[in-house]
Formats: sequence, C-alpha cells, structure tokens
Amino acid sequence: MIKVLKPGLATSVQDLGREGYYHLGIPPSGALDQYALSAANHLVGNPAGAAGLECALVGPELEFQHDALVAVCGAQMPALLDGREQRPDTAFAVRAGQVLRFGFPTAGARAYLAVAGGIDVPEVLGSRSTYALGALGGLHGRKLMGGDVLPVGVPSGKTRAGASLPMALRQALGGEVVVRVVPGLYFHRLTDAAAQSFFTQAWTVGSEADRIGYRYKGASALSFQPREQPFGAGSDPSNIVDSCYPIGSIQVPAGLEPIILHRDAVSGGGYAMIGTVISADLDLIGQMQPNQQARFLAVSLEQALEARRSYKKKLGCLARLFA
Amino acid sequence: MAEPVASTPIRYSFGADEHLFAEVSDSMSLEAFFKGMAVTRAVERLGLEGVLDVCLANASFQIRFDPDRIAPQALLEAVRGAEAEAVAERSLQTRIIEIPVLYNDPWTHETLMRFRDRHQDPSSTDLEYAARVNGLADVEAFIAAHSGAPWFVSMVGFVAGLPFMFQMVERERQLQVPKYLRPRTDTPKLTLGHGGCFGCIYSVRGAGGYQMFGVTPAPIYDPQQTLAYLKAHMVFFRPGDIVQFKPIDRRTYDQAVADVEEGHFNLRIRPVTFSLDAFLADPVGYPKTLQEVLA
Repeated sequence: MIKVLKPGLATSVQDLGREGYYHLGIPPSGALDQYALSAANHLVGNPAGAAGLECALVGPELEFQHDALVAVCGAQMPALLDGREQRPDTAFAVRAGQVLRFGFPTAGARAYLAVAGGIDVPEVLGSRSTYALGALGGLHGRKLMGGDVLPVGVPSGKTRAGASLPMALRQALGGEVVVRVVPGLYFHRLTDAAAQSFFTQAWTVGSEADRIGYRYKGASALSFQPREQPFGAGSDPSNIVDSCYPIGSIQVPAGLEPIILHRDAVSGGGYAMIGTVISADLDLIGQMQPNQQARFLAVSLEQALEARRSYKKKLGCLARLFA
Repeated sequence: MAEPVASTPIRYSFGADEHLFAEVSDSMSLEAFFKGMAVTRAVERLGLEGVLDVCLANASFQIRFDPDRIAPQALLEAVRGAEAEAVAERSLQTRIIEIPVLYNDPWTHETLMRFRDRHQDPSSTDLEYAARVNGLADVEAFIAAHSGAPWFVSMVGFVAGLPFMFQMVERERQLQVPKYLRPRTDTPKLTLGHGGCFGCIYSVRGAGGYQMFGVTPAPIYDPQQTLAYLKAHMVFFRPGDIVQFKPIDRRTYDQAVADVEEGHFNLRIRPVTFSLDAFLADPVGYPKTLQEVLA
C-alpha cells in the first residue's frame, strides 16, 4: 500500500485506457503520454499496460507502507526519496516508511510513476484508468486526495533497481514542439487565409490545459467562411450540428483559440473540427506546459500511418529490452 | 423536409489515423439521424476486426479504429458498402421511455439565477426566455409543447451517458433556443437542458451551456448500477431510444427521489416500432400512436 500524504496538482491512476465506450460518451482515458507510462512499467517489470500514477506539474508526496521497486518516466520532475534525488528513467528501490516526493518539472508536464505490481484498483469497463468527469475508474473515480491509500499488486520480479532506459529510448521534451496534423473534418469551412495561418503561426499553450483538452492562444484568429447556418447548427460560423469529436481533433470556437481534445475528451459537441493530431504525436501534447510553444505541421494520412509505425517500433524495442 | 437526405451520399473524412468521420447532412433532420443510425447499425453487423467504437451523432457518425488491425481505406470501403445497403431501411425496432420531469424546479432556478450575467436575457428565467423566443404565450405553453410530443435520442455523449434529443415534430414546430452566451461552470445533475434544436439530460453535475428547464428524479448514468434499469449497463440511453417527458409535481418528485434512494425506483419502458414513412406522412398524428404505447 502507498499512502498519499499530499496529492499534488492533478495526480490520477491511469493505465493505457479503455476502448469501446466512446459511443456512450465515455472516452478512452489512460495516460496522456502512453510511451512514458509504458517505459516506467517496463523498468519495474510490469506489463506495459499496468496502472501507474500520472503526476501533472506538481507531483504528489507518497509514503510507502512496504518495500517496493519504483520508476519515474516522462516529464523531467526530479523524484526525491527521503530528499535524495533519484536517477530519471531508472528503477530504484524504496524501503517501507520512506517518502517519495517530486521537484518542479524542468521539461514536460506529466511524470509517470510505476510501482512493481502496478496500482491495484479494480478494473471498470476493462481498465483501471480514472475518468473524472464520469466519476469512473481509478481510485474512487477521481484524482488523488490527501489520506488516500493505494493498493499495490504482486511484483513480477523480472527487473531490479538500476534497470535503466538506454539513451535512444528516452524522450526529448521541452522547447518548441512540432505537432503533426491531418487536416480534414470541417477544415474546408476555414477561409483560405485561416487555413494557411493555422500552420504558419506559432501557438502557445494557455492555462486551460488538462486531460480533457489543451487550449492554444497567442496567434491571430482563424475565420470561418460566412454562410447561412444550416438548421440545428447554431448561429456562429464555427458551429456545426453537434457531432462526434475524434481524440486529438482540433476545434476553434468562434475562430479564436484552437482546442485539442485529449484522452478524457468530451465525446461530441457543436464546434467545427479542422483536423486531427496524429496518434504518434498525442504523447507530445500531454507533455506540453502552459506557455510552451507549438507549431502545427500538415501531413497526409499516409504520413500519419508511417509515423505510427515508427512509434510502435520504439514501443516494441522497449518491450524486447525488458522481456 | 428540404433536401433528399436519403439519396445524398455521405461525406467521409479521416480524423487522422484512428477515426473515420462521416457527415450524413450538415443540417439536422429526423431523416439524417435515421440514415446515420441505419448505416452505423449495418457497420456494427459487419463485426469488422479493428473497429473499436461506432459512435452515432445527430446527423453524423464516427468510427474509432485501430489502423494496425484494419487499413483505413479497407474500412472506408466497408462502410461505403454498409451505406449502400442501409439507405433502404425505413423502420426501427426500439423502446419508448417515460421520463418524469419537475419543470421550473428550485434547483435549476437557483443555478440559473447564479449565472444570470452569462445569459441573453438576465431579466427573465430560462423558461420565460425560451417561451418568448419560440412565440409561445407563456411558460405553461412552452412546457406543453416540450412534453407534448416524444423525442428521439439522437446522440449519447459529450460526457458519459448524456442523451441529446430531437423532438418528433415538423421543422416549423421545433423548439429552438440559443445556448448561454458563456457556458456556466455548474449545472445540477439530471437537469433538462436545451440548446439550438436539441434537448438533453445532464447525466452528471458539471459545466454546461444549455438553457435549463427542470429536473428529472430518474438517474440515467450510475457506475454503481444500483437501480433495476441500470443493471444491464451503467449508461441507460442508446441512440434510437424514444423519450416521452411527463410533467410531475413536487410531491411526486420527492417520492421518486425517495424511491431512488431506497433502490426501488423504476421507469416505464415499452417496446415500439418507429416507421419513418408513417411519421413523414402524418407528423402530428403518428407520434400520438407512439405515446399510446405507454398508456
């Protein structure tokens, strides 16, 4: 068991998510940075999809009730065990009674803590991931609170303290991020000027950036072509008849600030989407801090599939390394 | 009905490498919804490997898929095949559900007063405003129109288990109300909302931009699955369900809430067949035959 002394800003139990319920408004949830959670799990001998803790910006303070093997990947947020900094992307041993806390992130927004055996909350709809809007999964369907106690499963014993990610399999975070986007959906509703400027301008992550979506600001507005609005579509040119929203889709309410929906997405609504972030780049979004800059790069569906193959190949390398 | 939705091909667009998005029509109509439902049901029947989720919306749908298991172009071809097969479908086996509603309740009233600065008309309530912009004499007339004809659940989503609903009336009689100027940060659980031409029931407490008309005592989403009608699934509504609202008074509402708390509240649910052609031929009389199924 792990006792939560301080919960941090938004710490939640996440695995790789649940599929098959989006048509009922229940999004996939799961780690926003799927690679980082998988890596942390491999380092402690867990299957890639074991449940861990997603720690956003301000990490939690945790007291371990028993000996454990732990690893932290993702954001560069120093893990301090009884005050002593641990090496990132490396498994380390924790003794019963020791306290783990985190320093501030120097790059990235979400650190993933895996513990050997995994966080053993019950599966709901096939996953241990927390979906807070629906009060579903995770620990009591919500982010962690002070005083919570997290159950831990049985370790596999496959890895030991010191197991470490090779440099080639570590993530480069921070700086200006290039996010690849397949234009489509209602992209044709933008004016020609807006269709261009979306991809040429630099965009800055705003303060409203969470598991549901990331709002970007700091660039000029994107106008939609004026039209007589179809019945049921709402009055603004950025409105459509409420439709489904793809995970990673980009909407621009009133043409002002693009919002990228992430794994806790609202499943639908009445704003035109102008394209979708490719699956291989969704991890990058979840690691962006407020005020960090992004540029969007238009790619084809074929390029998106190629990027996905590279991403999966890297995940495969991880799995083989710790098999 | 203006455009021949049935014969207009669906517009497809990929939402990157994991979603196929399909716009049946850019405007809302019962025919557009019906066609989307027929196609998505046909896609489900195909049982395609790699399809993760078939999500139906009001006049569109979306398929979430795993491109490692089904190539995007193969999926598109299969869905186009389902579209060709499904356009002939004109009737639907479904269920009609009576949902009790306390209109003009104290809880949504308290909430709407708290967010009056975000409303088009701060000097009236959401119900008064909705009655006026729809050319109805007063709140009573609006409630009579709202509960006078059944509604189709045309989408489930936004958040877990929230039904969007489209009323079974001719376009001229559709109730239309703009959303709040700026969304509220709070909406009571189980509020009856309305935005544009869509009604909804807020399945959970939270942010919202729809006008608020009342509350139902009937839970429609419950991860604990306490009530009988939530045993099969924590989400009650499915697209294609037909809903009939029944105005209730405060005493009946309080009794229903007590029944919910004791775990023996239930809903009136009956099987029904909906015929699109029968509706189009007699949009006033046909919905009454559906209401009679509940009697």
